[in-house]
Amino acid sequence: MENFETLRMLRVGQQAVIKKITVGGEMGRRIRDMGIVPGTVFTVMGRAPLKDPVEIKLKGYNLTLRNNEADHILVQTEEG
Amino acid sequence: MSGEKITIALAGNPNSGKTSMFNAITGARQHVGNYPGVTVEKKWGHISLNGHDLEIVDLPGTYSLTAYSMEELVARDYLIKQKPDVVIDVVDAANLERNLYLAVQFMELGVPLVIALNMMDVAEGRGLKIDPDKLSRLMGVPVVPTVARKGKGVKQLLGEAVETALRQKQWRPLELSYGPDVDQALLELTGKFNGNSLAWSPLGARWVSLKLLENDAEVQKQVSQDPGLAGHMEPLRQKLRDHLRLTMDDDPEGVIADYRYGFIGGIYRQAVQETRAQRLELSDKIDKVLTNRLVGPLILLAVLYGIYQFVFWASEIPVGWLEGLFGWLGGVAEAAIPEGFVKSLVISGIIDGVGGVLGFVPLIMFMFFTIAILEDTGYLARVAYLLDRVLRNFGLHGNSVMAMIVSGGISGGCAVPGVMAARTLRDPKARLATILTVPMMNCGAKLPVYALLIGAFFAAREAQMLFALTLVSWGLALIAARILRWTVLKGETSPFVMELPPYRLPTLRGLLIHTWERTWQYIKKAGTVILGISILMWALMSFPALPEDQAAAWDAKVQAATTKELRQEVEYHKGQAELAHSVAGRMGRALHYVTAPLGFDWRTNVALVGGFAAKEVVVSTLGTAYSMGEVDPEDTVGLSERLAKEPGWNPLKAFALMLFVMIYAPCFVTVAVIRNETGGWKWPLFAVAYTTVSAYVISFLVYQGGKLLGLG
Repeated sequence: MENFETLRMLRVGQQAVIKKITVGGEMGRRIRDMGIVPGTVFTVMGRAPLKDPVEIKLKGYNLTLRNNEADHILVQTEEG
Repeated sequence: MSGEKITIALAGNPNSGKTSMFNAITGARQHVGNYPGVTVEKKWGHISLNGHDLEIVDLPGTYSLTAYSMEELVARDYLIKQKPDVVIDVVDAANLERNLYLAVQFMELGVPLVIALNMMDVAEGRGLKIDPDKLSRLMGVPVVPTVARKGKGVKQLLGEAVETALRQKQWRPLELSYGPDVDQALLELTGKFNGNSLAWSPLGARWVSLKLLENDAEVQKQVSQDPGLAGHMEPLRQKLRDHLRLTMDDDPEGVIADYRYGFIGGIYRQAVQETRAQRLELSDKIDKVLTNRLVGPLILLAVLYGIYQFVFWASEIPVGWLEGLFGWLGGVAEAAIPEGFVKSLVISGIIDGVGGVLGFVPLIMFMFFTIAILEDTGYLARVAYLLDRVLRNFGLHGNSVMAMIVSGGISGGCAVPGVMAARTLRDPKARLATILTVPMMNCGAKLPVYALLIGAFFAAREAQMLFALTLVSWGLALIAARILRWTVLKGETSPFVMELPPYRLPTLRGLLIHTWERTWQYIKKAGTVILGISILMWALMSFPALPEDQAAAWDAKVQAATTKELRQEVEYHKGQAELAHSVAGRMGRALHYVTAPLGFDWRTNVALVGGFAAKEVVVSTLGTAYSMGEVDPEDTVGLSERLAKEPGWNPLKAFALMLFVMIYAPCFVTVAVIRNETGGWKWPLFAVAYTTVSAYVISFLVYQGGKLLGLG
């Protein structure tokens, strides 16, 4: 995909928009079930002690996901 | 229009307040069981309203209605097969967009639906102005604002549900548009159904087609039983997949989900006004501390340690009462029943068995109470968040740690509540791996065995030895989990992606209901198994009795003893002879050849057989086997001194034995609980087999290795 970053690459405190989910099957389904769909704005709230998993806030609620799941979520940051 | 029986299914996302709603509706009149064939909990209750008899069924909390998780499958199956008269979907008003995703799926299915717009107070606190009437008009289903925790709106909700059930007897699927490509494919697929669609009642052909496009394994299985259909479906589906991949670089599942969210987004923007910008909620501020990368883990350790301390401290007194009660009952039976078979059965089989079941009740109660607090406050999700990276290496889940600590990760726990604590895990493989490995932790019943052997052979280094055993048990449990996840529990872990719900104050009522129903389940279901095995163990240790001539000879010796001390000694020797003659004693002798390479003699073997009843029985049985009477596990000094002097015993053998006791078969109470939690005998039997084999191999290596190094 053009020049989107993945969610894994974001820093804590950064805001971004979800552009695309690049995984199907169970993982793709779970990610979408939790409201991670294109067009959603979110903020990276924090990372666990070993930098994985990551916590994000979107649409007023907080989610956590592993880095290997975040790899499948393409995002665009505000400045980018 | 009175007297109708109406079934209401209660559905909703986890953390939407669905459980509070169920409690608010049914009060304490709840029944708990399992859905047929699976370990997913089923709760239901009955109430009457305006002359109608209402059955409320609490479906498992889900985010979606796909076939991926057990909970979702169960919820969907229930709707399709049991056809409840109406579904109440509890949605979190403060989190409306994502919660409506499930509502839309109910609408696609077509079930009569009422939406409970729950936690309106929280939504208002966040500056969300929601117009329930507008939402209802746009969605085309009744919407009732509620605050379940305070019981607000519950009456109106039930009234609306009853009205909907009486009004709408047919399922009316919502025909949503998923974009031109998917719609076209749906139209073609649906055309193939004509004539066959009757078999799918109450499902519409369009819904079945939609699920096929979504790659739903369960629906595919259903369709494949109808080869005429399956032949038509596959090419069409493949065509759509290829087309979407080409034009949108996406798959049908993704496109369909996006259109659902699009539909919801449109409604949301019309019905909800966000009166102020998103800001850091109190919950986020708390998280700045509790999930802080440096302080977070320290607080977590403190919390886990605190729970452990609380559970065992709080249950000590009631456990004491129960022990007293059963001791007293034993005494009564001792006095009332004449000497012989019946007396032994009543005291050692039944009273000890029932005592064994009830003795664990306080522990289980307090453990579930603290788990309920962790769950209801939202902290449990943070435990998973903080520890996931570490435990994932072993194929476990962040929440496995709770089960490990309760089981004896801090010496002195108990695997019975520990195995039950694994319920908080949603990933079925990680959950099984946790259940199968926590019995290796150093539970309270193993401590007397350690105390006995450490006292005899490692008296100078007591603390270090106990600490080493703690580390060994953690290491072994984690390694075992890793190996299980590579072998019998092989396969992808379920996705982790998980909600971190806002911190909330739990309600005491909710906590008490949770605690009680789980405890009662243990008493009811594990109880019968435990009582049965207890009687079996008693029979193993008591039969066959000594032949009459030998028994008579012993009795004569007892009679002949001149002093009290002498008589007691003869009785102890008689006890040893009886034990040696019993099935357990014979097993111990027969196993001699098997366990000789570990350095164990027949006495040790008998003790290990007895240890299946409870690990501390190893101590009392060793006492009997060494003609010292039944040694009290609390006071092992005498036996300890005896073992230290006994030829054939040395520190190496003692260490090998401690390892064996740590690892080998979980006690039968744990086995019974594993059966409950996994829904069958397969996994408990596997647990017994693999732990015993592991115990043998490890003790063998340690003993023989030690001998090679000249330690024996």
